Amino acid sequence: MGDPKGFIKIKIKTAGNRQIHERTRDYSEVEQTLNTEDRMLQASRCMDCGIPFCHWGCPVDNLIPEWNDLLYRGDWKGASERLHSTNNFPEFTGRICPAPCEHACVLNIEGEPVTIRENEAAIVEKAFAEGYIKPSPPPVRSGKRVAVIGSGPAGMAAADQLNKAGHLVTLFEKDEKIGGLLRFGIPDFKLNKHTIDRRLAIMMAEGLEVKTGIEVGKDVSGKEIMGQYDTVCLAIGAMKPRDLSVEGRELKGIHFAMDYLTQQNRVNYGLHAPYDNRITAEGRKVLVIGGGDTGSDCVGTAIRQGAEHVTQIEILPRPPERRSPDNPWPYMGKTLKTSTSHEEGCERMWNLSTVGFTGTQQRVTHAEVEEVGWEHVNGSLSMSPVPGTRHQIEADLILLALGFLHPVHEGLLSELGVTLNNRENIKVDGHMATSLDKVFATGDAVNGASLVVTAIASGRRAAKRIDEYLQGGGIQ
Amino acid sequence: MRKWRPERTGLYRSEFEHDNCGIGFVVNLKGKRSHGIIQRGLETLVNMKHRGAEGSDSKTGDGAGVMIQIPRDFYLIQGYSIPQEGQFGTGLVFLPRDPAEARKCEEILVQFVHDEGVELIAFRDVPRDNGTIGDIAKKSEPLIRQILLGADLPREELERKLYIIRKRAEKFVAASGLKEKRYFYLPSLSTRVLVYKGMLTSEQLGEYFLDLQDSRIQSAIALVHSRFSTNTFPSWDLAQPFRMLAHNGEINTVKGNRFWMEARESILKSDVLGDLNRIYPVIEPDKSDSASLDNVLEFLVMSGKSLPYAMSILIPESWNEKNPISPELKAFYQYHSTFMEPWDGPASLIFSDGRYIGGMLDRNGLRPSRYVVTKDDLMVMASEAGVQQFPAEDIREKGRLKPGKLIMVDVQEGKIYRDEELKAQLASAHPYMSWIKKNMVSLEEIQTGNIIPPGLGEEYNNYLNCFNYSREDIEMIIKSMAESAMEPIGSMGNDIPTTVLSKKPYRLFNYFKQLFAQVTNPPIDPIREEMVMTLTGYLGSLQTNLLDKSPDHVKMVKFKSPVINNTYFQVVKNLRYKGFSNSVIPIHFDADEGAVGLEKALDEICRRAEQAVDEKNNYIILTDRNISRGKAPIPSLLAVSAVHHYLIENRKRMQIDIVVESAEPREVMHFALLFGYGASIINPYMSFAVIEQLVKKRVIQQDYDKAQENYIHAVNKGLLKILSKMGISTLRSYRAAQIFEAVGIHPKVMDRYFKGTVSRIGGIGLEEIAEEVLIPHRRAFASGEPPAVFSEGVYAYRKNGEHHAWNPESVALLQWSTRNNDYTKYKEYAALVDRDTVRPGFLRGLLTYRRNPIPLEEVEPEEKIVRRFVTGAMSYGSISREAHEALAIAMNRLKGRSNTGEGGEDPGRYQLLENGDSTRSAIKQVASGRFGVTTQYLVNADEIQIKIAQGAKPGEGGQLPGHKVDRIIAKTRYSIPGITLISPPPHHDIYSIEDLAQLIFDLKNVNPDAKISVKLVSETGVGTIAAGVAKASADLVTISGTEGGTGASPASSIKHAGLPLEIGLAETQQTLVMNNLRRKVVLQADGQMKTGRDVIISGLLGAEEFGFATSALVVLGCVMMRKCHLNTCPVGVATQDAGLRKRFRGKADFVENFFRFVAREVREYLAELGFRCFDEIVGRSDLLMLDDSISHWKIRNLDLSDMTAFFPAARRFPLHKVEPQIHKIDDVLDRELIEQSRDALEEKKPVTMHLPIRNTDRTTGAMLSGMITKKYGNQVLPEGTIRARFAGSAGQSFGAFLVPGVEFYLEGETNDYLGKGLSGGRIIVVPPPGSTFDPERNIIIGNTVLYGATSGEIFISGVAGERFAVRNSGAIAVVEGVGDHCCEYMTGGRVVVLGRTGRNFAAGMSGGIAYIFDEEGDFDYYCNMGMVELSLVEEKHDRKELTDLISRHFELTGSKIAEKILVSPDLYIDRFIKVIPYEYRKVIEERKLEEIREKLAQVEKDVEMMGDG
Repeated sequence: MGDPKGFIKIKIKTAGNRQIHERTRDYSEVEQTLNTEDRMLQASRCMDCGIPFCHWGCPVDNLIPEWNDLLYRGDWKGASERLHSTNNFPEFTGRICPAPCEHACVLNIEGEPVTIRENEAAIVEKAFAEGYIKPSPPPVRSGKRVAVIGSGPAGMAAADQLNKAGHLVTLFEKDEKIGGLLRFGIPDFKLNKHTIDRRLAIMMAEGLEVKTGIEVGKDVSGKEIMGQYDTVCLAIGAMKPRDLSVEGRELKGIHFAMDYLTQQNRVNYGLHAPYDNRITAEGRKVLVIGGGDTGSDCVGTAIRQGAEHVTQIEILPRPPERRSPDNPWPYMGKTLKTSTSHEEGCERMWNLSTVGFTGTQQRVTHAEVEEVGWEHVNGSLSMSPVPGTRHQIEADLILLALGFLHPVHEGLLSELGVTLNNRENIKVDGHMATSLDKVFATGDAVNGASLVVTAIASGRRAAKRIDEYLQGGGIQ
Repeated sequence: MRKWRPERTGLYRSEFEHDNCGIGFVVNLKGKRSHGIIQRGLETLVNMKHRGAEGSDSKTGDGAGVMIQIPRDFYLIQGYSIPQEGQFGTGLVFLPRDPAEARKCEEILVQFVHDEGVELIAFRDVPRDNGTIGDIAKKSEPLIRQILLGADLPREELERKLYIIRKRAEKFVAASGLKEKRYFYLPSLSTRVLVYKGMLTSEQLGEYFLDLQDSRIQSAIALVHSRFSTNTFPSWDLAQPFRMLAHNGEINTVKGNRFWMEARESILKSDVLGDLNRIYPVIEPDKSDSASLDNVLEFLVMSGKSLPYAMSILIPESWNEKNPISPELKAFYQYHSTFMEPWDGPASLIFSDGRYIGGMLDRNGLRPSRYVVTKDDLMVMASEAGVQQFPAEDIREKGRLKPGKLIMVDVQEGKIYRDEELKAQLASAHPYMSWIKKNMVSLEEIQTGNIIPPGLGEEYNNYLNCFNYSREDIEMIIKSMAESAMEPIGSMGNDIPTTVLSKKPYRLFNYFKQLFAQVTNPPIDPIREEMVMTLTGYLGSLQTNLLDKSPDHVKMVKFKSPVINNTYFQVVKNLRYKGFSNSVIPIHFDADEGAVGLEKALDEICRRAEQAVDEKNNYIILTDRNISRGKAPIPSLLAVSAVHHYLIENRKRMQIDIVVESAEPREVMHFALLFGYGASIINPYMSFAVIEQLVKKRVIQQDYDKAQENYIHAVNKGLLKILSKMGISTLRSYRAAQIFEAVGIHPKVMDRYFKGTVSRIGGIGLEEIAEEVLIPHRRAFASGEPPAVFSEGVYAYRKNGEHHAWNPESVALLQWSTRNNDYTKYKEYAALVDRDTVRPGFLRGLLTYRRNPIPLEEVEPEEKIVRRFVTGAMSYGSISREAHEALAIAMNRLKGRSNTGEGGEDPGRYQLLENGDSTRSAIKQVASGRFGVTTQYLVNADEIQIKIAQGAKPGEGGQLPGHKVDRIIAKTRYSIPGITLISPPPHHDIYSIEDLAQLIFDLKNVNPDAKISVKLVSETGVGTIAAGVAKASADLVTISGTEGGTGASPASSIKHAGLPLEIGLAETQQTLVMNNLRRKVVLQADGQMKTGRDVIISGLLGAEEFGFATSALVVLGCVMMRKCHLNTCPVGVATQDAGLRKRFRGKADFVENFFRFVAREVREYLAELGFRCFDEIVGRSDLLMLDDSISHWKIRNLDLSDMTAFFPAARRFPLHKVEPQIHKIDDVLDRELIEQSRDALEEKKPVTMHLPIRNTDRTTGAMLSGMITKKYGNQVLPEGTIRARFAGSAGQSFGAFLVPGVEFYLEGETNDYLGKGLSGGRIIVVPPPGSTFDPERNIIIGNTVLYGATSGEIFISGVAGERFAVRNSGAIAVVEGVGDHCCEYMTGGRVVVLGRTGRNFAAGMSGGIAYIFDEEGDFDYYCNMGMVELSLVEEKHDRKELTDLISRHFELTGSKIAEKILVSPDLYIDRFIKVIPYEYRKVIEERKLEEIREKLAQVEKDVEMMGDG
């Protein structure tokens, strides 16, 4: 397979990003693309390992060595088919996946993994461009009706799988457009929303029914849906954000990250945005609390909005530049990650706990922070404040990117009365079935907030179980 | 009653036994009888006693015997009233020990005597003295009487009657209810010959039978045999000679030969023998392979065939275009090949009917057979030269049998018949050529315009799914074969569960494991020695009586390839040639009826096959086309084997051939199985359909025809390889030979459909077999879109695919724990691995043990346990220097042992490093390539390991691709950088068990301090082989499981050859203990050892030492890329690429951590088991139990009780090594040499000595050389320091490992292995003074000379046998003629042949130069041009080198032919041919260019410097 010496002959080459001064002026995608030859050469670096650690590391079980080989040999169509055999939406993961596969790639032992994510994106884009991805409705319909509630990546994947297996699927979305966090949470400079529409068009042409702007549990009752469908799949995400209950939290200018990001995404798409309540970073000193991906997205968005200054703080210690001995390959590397947004100009600080906010005229002006220390106690990290380190950070827009707790319980979940687990997510058994008959659940609503790729994998798993429940047996 | 051979105890089966031997005869050419001949015969035996073996009581021989002419006068003198010569017959009778039963047997015998109209003269008590024989022999000693018979009949008629009497009596007794019936046996019953034999040593034979000491017993012939049995329960009846022959070797195809013979009985008719049913079965049940061959030979002769005829059709020489025999003779062979499959396997045979006596070698000629004829009409032939001493001037001729050749003496006419004459007679007896021309048609030559396309149209996906084609089948196996005409190569062993343990459905094929040759017979080299191999077959046998001669026998279709495409299949199907007809039988079963339907369908198929025979069809076609939702395919293997056995049982198999049209076979192993169970031709239509798709999709960028041709070629090549692994040369003899063991199939299925194939742990029945077909069948025909094919993950890990023991988690955790020295993390790793093991991933996972905990402190310390650990034999070359040295350092620190692998060792590693670490490998491996096996290498060993086989590819040679051979590796291997290094499949000095004993003896002589170990691979009968190895004085035996192995190998070898470790290990332990041989050898186990649990379970099964290879590499960074053979290892472990080696991150410390962890874990287990030291648990299989908690649908009926059996013997005899081996090196001739060399050894003063030498003086010079090297290391003695002049016939391995400063000069002759491993010494062999025979026509040295020599010189004034200078890598040799395969695999040195050569010269030769005196101008015919080019000796440099060598030869030997050439060099030097390998020439030219470049550079530099000045 491939070129066994590819990884020796060919150096790693990433497509790279647009120039900072250029990209920060718009919301277009930051990442560039390689030309076809270079892309195929990059694929030749894949060694078709006896143990493909990448494949193991991939939550959606991508057959990475197989499609890399097809790509290397120029069989884009074959590569696309192989890619789609495990992943419904490679155009999403190819753009925004943190690529655990690349962390596990054998060549990453030397820090030069195969550019798996980029290869993936290249394959699927080529496949769209060449018209390889066409609607292919199932030849036979089972007549069974499935309602998938929530159209984030998990819901989309489940719906797509079930539709392909011949069931009659309706995808419900409370917002006016499908995609969930994919559409409203992730900034356009990382994921162009056209990709979602493009995929949706295919899915609808394959017979998927989509109902947007209907919030099940509010606009229509869950019970009603249950009555109309043979099964229901809950894919409502984990939308309940973690909050900070500290003094001054009520001050103006302190927002949840997701509220902030959603607005900009809506604006970009020309959707209704609350102009009176517009959160914008323009001219502001922005503080992002939380060092994760969402925080980073806030950083990039704030910069594009013309923030005067952006600071991001994190309560955990600064990750090391290189893997530590207890975080070896092939596990996901817990090292310092610098996103494109960080590159665009942001001050980052670690070991800082936010203890309060102060402001004038009801508007926040400062965050009060304190340094913390971490140590290992009985195998887990334990935090303690460092006395005498309290100080203030000047900020008039503060974005809370502290992660998500669990699905929103109000509405659908409480109406249906599904049992929750101890993390207040929806409890499911080994077959992804909830406590209610014929109700299944998938994605973040079950697992808590996680990666898009994990959500897709979860959606596929749920679809297989639902299909089995419906005695289809058509999903392998 | 005590059985002689326990038929079945635990995993042991009596059928596993093998033997190899010393054979010989002495004959007076003129038929003059004397007692002296008998004495000479007995002497001959005693002089070959090193070729026999002793049992564990050191007194019981494996068997010895002698055949003489009937000494009629002797009985007259004793007062018996004996009729005249020819009307008198006699023979010994072995009788039950119980007097009543003995009497009963005599009565039965006499009854048949009378019944046949023969008169009983008397029973004579045979005087015997059992005072000297061993206890074991005594316990099974029969009562022996002699029966004297007479009849007034012509001799031939009486002879036949005696045969019939014997056969009838044997049959009758066997069917009787007598308790001791197994004692009943007649060694011979004849008017011509008389056989004395028993479970005796060579010396005991004459002492035991007092008759043999009686000078009144006289004979003109004495044919003798001494047996070396791997076989652990030798018995009196299996001693040789048999009724007509004695055999040294092994019939590898015996299972098939026996079946075919049985099948043939229905169609045999003989006028002279009358009703054959009286004497059937022709082949006596439960006897050895040699005995079966003897049975058939005797039958043919009794039915009126001549001895040479019978021998020639049973063991034909090869008759392809590479063999210079007449077309008439080829026709003779071809004609007979249509109805008698060869009894295949290396063999040297001697035979006699009292008038004729002769010898024969099989086509491979792997056994030596030397003879001498004296001027006073004595001829002596034996496995060795020098078994009888004659003054030089009395010798008329010295010779050897050549491969495939016969020699025979008629003592009545007093004439020697040579091969050409005998064969010419045979060939001209009938117009075979015209019979063939008229009646036989070649399939490949039939023209057809009707091309049948391969496509399956819309059915394609259904077939793919129904026959469970995985993506790997398509994209790895079929694609690779169709693209490159080769099977794909893999590395790093097999770590998926044995088929029966996997919950996934598999094809039935996967339950079978290939057997392969080890020790008792050599594998063949299918590439370099292809000339003996063929796949040719025939179709359409409407066989009639083979005893008749008729042109009709050859009314058949001949084919060269047994795998045919659709077009030719159509031809076969529609063939009406000469009235051919066939019957097409679908092999489907009713999917809804499951197992019941399957059984019904099989019955129906068998019935229809029988009907086809009755309707006189020529062949049946079993086809699985036209599957549907309701019709599921029967596994093709099951259908073929069921029909085959059904027809044999019904005596109808010979009349019909089986053709298979199946979608099932895709990889080589599948084809091998179908042929191995009786198919003649296979049309794998699905493979072709897949290829067509691949071509259409441009995945294969070749046209379809080429791709199809490649695929067929790959299958054929793979078949040859599988055949060769077992030492089988022809597909005809492989067909139905069933050379497999099944793992995990229930005996009920085996007994019914696969009769004769061993399956020892129970397993699946028809129900599971049907289910395995139906799972994919259901998928194929489920509603909706046909699903895509899967990535099954059989070859490379896939998440939802087959389970791999080495997977991301196990690799990651092992590396994590050992790098950080974190035992807790290691326990996580061990827990994960053990969980997978009991999944079950390995058989050992099904076992658990009894607990009886004691405090941990009481258990022996970790330090003691780690000493039991060794690392695997991986060469520096296959793995990087960094990895190799890290292993060595770690093992030396732990006092365990690392292994050089087959690649020599840089002497620099014998020095300690500055920090006190040592990179020296304690185990030095000696493998078939002998790379870098010098005297210095051997004396620096704590253990010398003879690698017979390796887990990754048992029965195959190794290969180090040129791109891995860099300068340093080439140096340690005594080869040239960039040139691919090939190890032959066989050790060319181990063709049999006594050869192995000889090699052990060689190595023990060179380094008496080292333990000698032998590495075997688990397979059916490995225990019996291990017993033979123990008897051959090995100190340690390693059993490797098939799962293990790191080496590169064809995918099918990795997956399908060899058995799981547990079965082989348990069998070995059981067999060794039963024979009380376990106490003498250490038993080591390897094969996917990963954790303490693996060690403990293996220990309980019998191992006391443990080998780790893969796990040790993983610790060093290996990530199971499985690309070792490509030199692209990305972690610097298995590569020589300088850039990649920089990526190596392993450290000796990690390895040390790993082994300490395992030991710590083992210690914890010992405490749990309740034992204080490891020795106490070795072999305690009574502590093992089946873990009931593990079960799934396929393992329900597994039965491991034979594996864990704990016999009474295990309570009596030691279960681990408790005493040293006896090596018998105290009185060797070298002791004398060393004594006389004292001045040289101590003060480097020159010494000269004169010594007589005999064939029993073996390995002369090795111990002396070892001692010199130990003392002086790299410093060499000055040339000529020790000069030893010998006179006589030297034994095997004369001058082995001789070092610089030592010169051996021998007047006389030598046996095989002269100059083995020559390491700088000089050897000269000349004929004895006074000899009158012509040295350049007479053989004076044996086979396999200079094997593995690295330097030194050898000058032979005379002719050598086969394989002169095989694997020579640096020695210089001049010789006056050679046999076949000269310079095989040579990688360096010079060879000058001043006379004729045999065939296949320079096969596999990749280095060095040979010069051949081509007086006849036909050398190119004899040369294998695969790797070499021929030229005249034109360059000045070459001419000088050649002339110098010939001059030296003349000076040292006084050779007449050298003189002739030197006198007129202008006339003769031009007749020399220079043989040089392409690759070697290229390297030499590059080197020259490099030198010139350097010189030029130097000149330029000089110029510059001058300029500066």
